[in-house]
Amino acid sequence: MYVRHLQLGSFRSWEAVDLALTPGPTVLVGRNGQGKTNLVEAVGYLATLGSHRVSSDAPLVRHGAAQAVVRAALRKDDRELLVEVEINPGKANRVRVNRSPLPRPRELLGLVKTVLFAPEDLALVRGDPTERRRFLDDLLVSRTPRLAGVRADYERVLKQRNALLKTAKLARGNLATLEVWDGHLADLGGQLLAARLQLAADLDPFVTAAYEGVAGEGADRARLGYTSTVPLAGDGTAFLPGIGVPSAAELTAALARRVEERRKEEVDRGVTLVGPHRDDLVLHLGPVPAKGYASHGESWSFALAVKLACFALLRADGEEPVLVLDDVFAELDAGRRTALAEVAGTAEQCLITAAVAEDVPAALRGTRVQVAAGTATVLPAEVDGPVAAEEAGAHG
Amino acid sequence: MYEGAVQDLIDELGRLPGVGPKSAQRIAFHLLAADAADVGRLVASLQRVQAEVRFCSICFNVAEAEQCRICRDPRRSLDTICVVEEPKDVVAIERTREFRGRYHVLGGAISPIEGIGPDDLKVKELMSRLMDGSVTELIIATDPNLEGEATAAYLARLVSPMGLAVSRLASGLPVGGDLEYADEVTLGRAFEGRRRI
Repeated sequence: MYVRHLQLGSFRSWEAVDLALTPGPTVLVGRNGQGKTNLVEAVGYLATLGSHRVSSDAPLVRHGAAQAVVRAALRKDDRELLVEVEINPGKANRVRVNRSPLPRPRELLGLVKTVLFAPEDLALVRGDPTERRRFLDDLLVSRTPRLAGVRADYERVLKQRNALLKTAKLARGNLATLEVWDGHLADLGGQLLAARLQLAADLDPFVTAAYEGVAGEGADRARLGYTSTVPLAGDGTAFLPGIGVPSAAELTAALARRVEERRKEEVDRGVTLVGPHRDDLVLHLGPVPAKGYASHGESWSFALAVKLACFALLRADGEEPVLVLDDVFAELDAGRRTALAEVAGTAEQCLITAAVAEDVPAALRGTRVQVAAGTATVLPAEVDGPVAAEEAGAHG
Repeated sequence: MYEGAVQDLIDELGRLPGVGPKSAQRIAFHLLAADAADVGRLVASLQRVQAEVRFCSICFNVAEAEQCRICRDPRRSLDTICVVEEPKDVVAIERTREFRGRYHVLGGAISPIEGIGPDDLKVKELMSRLMDGSVTELIIATDPNLEGEATAAYLARLVSPMGLAVSRLASGLPVGGDLEYADEVTLGRAFEGRRRI
């Protein structure tokens, strides 16, 4: 799929912008603070209903405006797809697809597929487990939209259960209803856990291959693992793809047992200690975990490899995602740039942001969009002879 | 901001569920412009509700006497109790005219976030109704959301030693709807609860 047209209203720094896009690579160039990233962030928002930069919607709305609008025309399987999202911080967002409103914004998930690689992704390797869980869950939902409901319900059960555990500390009589929430927790947690493990197993070979491509021959082998608060195989809790993913029912049973074992501890501490919300995706580099052991360069390579693996996985699922590379070429050395450019060159559409066009490998400098002073203008092509300059909405 | 009395009215209306500041303002000005008699009737009905409506001493449905209409009706069977969250659920089920037993209104669902536990609901009262042995079947009709399901599971567990027939309302496809419009969860439930024909 590719984005044919992008229109923003009161989104981030943009008051209004209207940008025609083409398949193949497009480089958005402009000085810092001109709004390049905001443009690709909007594309990413259509895929995840969230931003890769902030966790709440409020900063996405232009200062002083009540709502932001992201509107995009996409080509998907040779069909036109018009997606409109109205972002109302503090209130329900509204989503329309081909002009008809969706009953719940969540139903948009899985329709638009993007893989976004940005400097923030270094947190996948070096950051907290939260980052990796969110990464996994976002990818899960993108592949299997049904899981958006499971994920939301799981979080709701977790909140309810934690609220109960906090009060249980004061009045132990409340423990009677704890078992009820245990049941919900185990049921939804088992489903989520099974899906995550399956995803880790699916993604693992792609990560290994992508890391090889990025880091070159002779580098350590990159693999994915998963550590869980729920005992997975035998008595150990670590998981490496290849041993076979337990079924959701088995995991639900294991989760329920573990919750029972740690009941006293949970009541004492007043929080839920068992479940996928305490798990972590582990990135292994050779014999050691990448976090804490990998060098700066290796960390970058790993983050890049994970994102390229996502791209390859979604592609293998039979759907070509839009590849978004936000400000990353400046951070990579020549070898990694080439590895990235090789993959990016094959993407149906690749949106790249860079402060300096020269940071982007020549092969990817197809279409250039100049972003400056509140406008985005498509420039004549640099290499392939004259193409009529197309004015793309100049509002300030 | 308006002058004292008008603003007070807007503020009070704005505290009602489902009424935002804009609607509150619209209702307030509607009332200002309305007939004195109309407003008088509204005031009187509000006061009557305050003074006369109580909760049934048996099932905790809204009632105008000690017991509600349903609990006083001798034709309603005594051996089946349908447990619901709110009085409005009673009205909804009554509309079906399918159910001939009696009700028990819990007054909400278990939700620790809001600080609602079984002790804040009419659970004890339900248990004492079940004690005397005349009730043989319990139908749990709490809402099909997480909190409603949790309440149902809790009640089912609580009454299981009593040897009653306990059932939960089925969830699945809406009648007259299209299969294609059902969301995955509902459709999944409908599959689970499919019946032989």
